[in-house]
Amino acid sequence: MTAGNTDRPDPDALLRIAAREGRGRLKVFLGAAPGVGKTFEMLSEGAARRRNGADVVIGVVETHGRIETEALTRGYEVVPRTEIEWHGRSLPEMDLDAILARRPGLVLVDELAHSNAPGSRHPKRYQDVEELIVAGIDVYSTINIQHLESLNDVVASFTRVRVRETVPDRVLEAAEIEIVDIPPDELIERLKDGKVYIPDEASRALGHFFSKSNLSALRELALRRAAQAVDAQMLDYVRSHALAGTWAGSERVVVAVSEQPGVETLVRTAKRIADALHAPWTGVHIETPRSRSFGEAEQLRLAATLNLVTQLGGMVATMPATSVVEGLKHYAADARATQLVVGKSARSRWFEFRHGSVVDQLIRETPGLAVHVLPLERYAAPPRRWRGTVDRRDLGRTYSAIGLMIAAVTALGTELFHILALANVALLYLLPVMVAATRFGLWPGVVAGLASSAAYNFFFLPPVYSFTVSNPENLVTLLVLLGVGVVTSSLASRAKVQADLAGSSARQNAAIAGFARLLTAATNVDELAQAICAELTRLFDVRSVLLLPSPSGPVLAAANPPEDRLATIELAAAQWSLDKGLPAGRGSDTLTASDWLFHPLTSAGRRLAVIGIARDDGTGPVRSDQLPLLMSLVDQGVLVLERLQLESEMRELSQLKDRDRLRAALLSSVSHDLRTPLTSILGGLAEMRREAPSALLDGVETEARRLQRFVANLLDMARVEAGALTLHVEATDLTDAIASAVHDTRQSLEGHDLRLDVAPDLPMVRVDPQLFHHCLLNLLDNAGRYGDAGTPITVAARRTPDRLTLSILDEGGGIAVGREQEIFETFRRIEGSDRAKAGTGLGLAIVKGFAEAMGLTVDAANRSDRPGARFNIHFPERLLVRDIGEGSM
Amino acid sequence: MSNEPIILIVDDESAIRRLLRVTLERASYRVKEAATGREALDRVASDAPALVLLDLGLPDRDGLELIPLIRKQSRAAIVIVSARDATDEKVAALDLGAADYVTKPFDTEELLARVRAALRNRLIADGGQSVVTAGSLRIDLADHRVVRNGMEVHLTPKEFIALAELARFPGRVVTHQQLLRTIWANDYERHVEYLRVLIRSLRQKVEPDPARPSLIVNELGIGYRLLNTAG
Repeated sequence: MTAGNTDRPDPDALLRIAAREGRGRLKVFLGAAPGVGKTFEMLSEGAARRRNGADVVIGVVETHGRIETEALTRGYEVVPRTEIEWHGRSLPEMDLDAILARRPGLVLVDELAHSNAPGSRHPKRYQDVEELIVAGIDVYSTINIQHLESLNDVVASFTRVRVRETVPDRVLEAAEIEIVDIPPDELIERLKDGKVYIPDEASRALGHFFSKSNLSALRELALRRAAQAVDAQMLDYVRSHALAGTWAGSERVVVAVSEQPGVETLVRTAKRIADALHAPWTGVHIETPRSRSFGEAEQLRLAATLNLVTQLGGMVATMPATSVVEGLKHYAADARATQLVVGKSARSRWFEFRHGSVVDQLIRETPGLAVHVLPLERYAAPPRRWRGTVDRRDLGRTYSAIGLMIAAVTALGTELFHILALANVALLYLLPVMVAATRFGLWPGVVAGLASSAAYNFFFLPPVYSFTVSNPENLVTLLVLLGVGVVTSSLASRAKVQADLAGSSARQNAAIAGFARLLTAATNVDELAQAICAELTRLFDVRSVLLLPSPSGPVLAAANPPEDRLATIELAAAQWSLDKGLPAGRGSDTLTASDWLFHPLTSAGRRLAVIGIARDDGTGPVRSDQLPLLMSLVDQGVLVLERLQLESEMRELSQLKDRDRLRAALLSSVSHDLRTPLTSILGGLAEMRREAPSALLDGVETEARRLQRFVANLLDMARVEAGALTLHVEATDLTDAIASAVHDTRQSLEGHDLRLDVAPDLPMVRVDPQLFHHCLLNLLDNAGRYGDAGTPITVAARRTPDRLTLSILDEGGGIAVGREQEIFETFRRIEGSDRAKAGTGLGLAIVKGFAEAMGLTVDAANRSDRPGARFNIHFPERLLVRDIGEGSM
Repeated sequence: MSNEPIILIVDDESAIRRLLRVTLERASYRVKEAATGREALDRVASDAPALVLLDLGLPDRDGLELIPLIRKQSRAAIVIVSARDATDEKVAALDLGAADYVTKPFDTEELLARVRAALRNRLIADGGQSVVTAGSLRIDLADHRVVRNGMEVHLTPKEFIALAELARFPGRVVTHQQLLRTIWANDYERHVEYLRVLIRSLRQKVEPDPARPSLIVNELGIGYRLLNTAG
C-alpha cells in the first residue's frame, strides 16, 4: 500500500531543501479572485527589493489599464515582450530568452497560470518560470486560487466557472506563498467601481462568480492553501533539522514478508541493515492470488510477522500483485528502495526448474537494487484448496450449471446434427467450456472441458454411445476441445483473479484516501481523534477509542460509540502500549485478557496517542488480513496528529514568547517609573546639599540611596525569579569590572579603605558584564555595610589549576556558623549579626541568581586570618579566556 | 550670559526637567525645555541649541527615532538621558549619532562632566585640536607622540591608534565597534576580547596604577572613555 507515502517523513524533505540551493526562489502572490490586488502587491514588494539594491526587472505584468498599478511599474526596467507569429497574427509573449540573457536577480512574472501562444518554447507560463528558477533567477508571480489544479473541480462546482488554465500543485508547493486578501464586500465594491479586470470568458458568469458566498468560499480556499504550504514547509524544516540523523541518507530498506515460518529472521536482518544505514525500512507483503487460500495458521503467522515489523519500528505495506516477483519489483520501485531483503526456501530442483527461482528473477529484473538473500527453512506449502473464487456452498450449483449447459448443448447438437457437420457440433461444445471458465474459474472450466469432450465423444463420435474413438481425426478434435477448455479457463480465471485483486486494492486505497481526506479536515486534536474513531468503526465494524498521554496516564480523547468508557484493566493495557510503543491487548502478545486491542501512534520515538478497538461479541477485534489496512490507517493518523501537535507547540511557543515580551515590558516600565522619581529626589538633594549642607540632608540622601539600591535589587530579583535573564556574554577584564563596581558603590564604601589584590595578567572571563556588575555591586555593598567602620575591604583574585576565584573580604562580625549557604537565599538575613544594619537580604540572592545564570558559583565563609567574612565567586576553566593572538597587537 | 551655549532638555517628566534646569543653570548654561518629540523638533529649529539632553522614553515617539531627525536639522550634540539600562539601546543611540549617555538616576556632577565633554567635542569637530592631555599624559595627535611626566611613552602602532581615537573624543564614550573599526580597519569584525587585550597593555604603559584605571575607563558593555582630559 503506497497511498500516503508522499506525505511520510522521508529523505526527500532534505533533498527538496538541498535542491533549492543554487536555484532561484519562487514567491507566489495568491489571491482568491481577480481584483484583490495581487499584481499591485507584487509590484510594491518588487519595488521594496529594488530599493534595497536588488536587481529587479519586469518580465511581464498585466496592468489592465489600472492607473494605480501602472504608476507602480514606473521606475522598473521592463524586458520587452517578444512577438509570436501564429496564423498570420502576432501575439505578444514574455521573452524568456531575453530574461535569461539579462540575468536579473529577481523577475516579476504576472499570471502564473497563463497559457503561452502556440509556438512558444513552453505551452505554459509556469514552465517558463521553472526554467528561470533553475537558472538561479528569483521569480515573483501571481495566481488566483481557482487556477490551482487540485482545486479546479472544487471551484468549478460552486462557481460554475471552469478555468482551462491550471498550474500543477507542485509548483506552489515549492514556492513561498504570500496571500493577497481583501474582504469580499470590498472586492464587490471595487468591482462595481469598475476597478476589476474581468477576462472575457468569465464575464458571462460574472454575476454569479462574484457573489458574496462564492468570494467567501474562494477566500477560505486560498487561506487554507497558504496555511497548508506553510505547514509543509515547516514539516520539511522540522524533519530536516530535528530528525537529521534518522533521515539523512537516501537509503531505504524493504523486506519481503510472507506467511512462511522463519520470516522473522528476515525482518530482524532488515532492521539491522536499516539501523546500520540510518535508513527507514518497510516490511511488504505481496498479496498474490494464493494469499486468498491461506489457512488460519498461515494468516496468524503473517499477522504476527507484520506485527513484528511494526514493533521493530518498520512500516508495513501490502501490495496486491499476480506474483511475488511482480509485486516486489513494483513496490521497490515505488518506494525507491535501495536494499531488498528476501528469503529463499530450500526447494527441490524440480520445483525451481518448473517455477523458476524467485531470487534469480528478482536480481535479473531489479538492477540497481541490492538484494540480500537469506535461507529459509524448507517449507511445504499446504495443499491448495480451491475455495478461492467459488464458495463451497456454491460448488454444487456450479457443477449442476455446467451439467445443464452440456445437456443443453448435447440436445441442441442432436437437433442440428442432421444439418451440421460433425466438427461444427464440436464447436458448440466450446460454449459451456468458455462460460464455465469465465464465470466460475479455472477448475470448473477444466471440468467443463472434460465433460464436454466426454459428451461429444459419447453422443456424437462414432461409435456413438461409447467412449471409444474409431477415427484418429476425431481424436484430434477431442483433444483440441479439451485443450481449448484448459487454456481458456486458465486465461479467464487469471483475468478474474486480477479483476478481484484490483477491486480489493481499489477498495483499500479508497478507504485510506477517504480516511486521509477526513483527517486532513481536522483542525485540532479532538476533531482528529473523533474522525479516527468514527472511521475505524465504519471500516472495521468495531468499537473504537483514542487516548492521549498525560502525566496521570492515558486520557480518553474520543470514543465511538461516544459513550464508551474504559475499565481500569483496559486503561492499564493502553498505558502499557503507550509506554512501550507496542500493541497490547486482545490479538497482541501482551495483556491478552483485555477485550480491547491497543495500538500506539508513534513517530520518531515520540508517543503521540494510542488507539483501542474492540468487537461487541468479544472476538478478536481485527482479522489478520485487515491488519495491514489498520496499520496504514494508523500511519495516516500519526502523520496528521504529528502535524497538529507541531502546530500547537508552535502556537504555545509563540504565546510563551509573548508572555516573555510582556514581562520584559512590565519590568522596564516599572523600572522607569521608579527611577524617575528617585532621580529627581537624589538630584534635588545633591543640589540642596551644595547650597546648604546639613546632617539632616546627608541622612535623607543615604536613605534615598538605600531606596535606590532596594528598587534596583527588587527589579533584578524579579528578573531572576521570572527566569527572564538573557545573557550577553563577552570577554571581560576583571580590572574593568572591579573599577566600575567600585565607582558605583563609592557611597557605600565611604569610610573603608579598598585594597586590590588582582594581578594584571589574569585571564579575562566570559560573563555578561551587566549581570556581573550587579553581582559585584551587591558584594561590595554588603562588605561596606557589614564591615566594621574604618576597616579595609579587600578584593583579591587567585588563579588555581582548574578555576579562577574572585574574593571580597571584609573585617567585621562575619557570618553565623552554619549559615554560610542560607545567606544566599531570598529574604534571609543573618540573625544576630545584622539586626542593627539596614538591608533587605535580597542582594546576596541576586548575586547567587545572576552568578548561576552565567555558570559561576558563589560561596561564603568566615575569614581564617581575622574576624570577618569572605565571599567568593568561582569562574570555572571554561569561562576563562586564553590565548588571544597577541601577534596582531 | 547670552554667549553661553543653549541646552535643550527633552523629557516628559516635569520633575526631571526641573532638576536638570537647576543643575545646568547653576553651571550657567541657558536652558530650554520640551516635553514631547514634536516639541523637541520645533525647539531644535527655533532655539538652535548647542546640546540636546534627550530622554528615550517620550510619550509621542521613541527617542531613538528622534536622533537622526535632530541631526538632520542641527549640529547640536545629543546626550541621552535614559532610565533603561539596556546596553543595546545605548549602543544603538550612539550608533545613530548621539554623543554620549547618562543613566537615571544620575550623579549631577557626572552629568555636567558629560555635557562639558560633549560640548567640547563639538568645538574640536569645528576647529580641530592636535594635542590632548589626560592626567599626566600628553597626547600629540599630529606628531603621533605620547609623553607621560615628560618621558616619551613607546606605544605600538595599534596602541597609539586606540589612544588617539579615545583622545579625539576626550571625556566621551567611544564604542567597542568604533574602536575595533578604527584599529583593525577592514578587519573590524573582531571580538571585543582583542580590544580588551590591547587596552590592557595600553594601560600598563599609560596608567599610574593599571589595576585601578583612572584615565582609560571602561563603560559596561559599551566602550571606553578617556578621563581627566583637558584641551
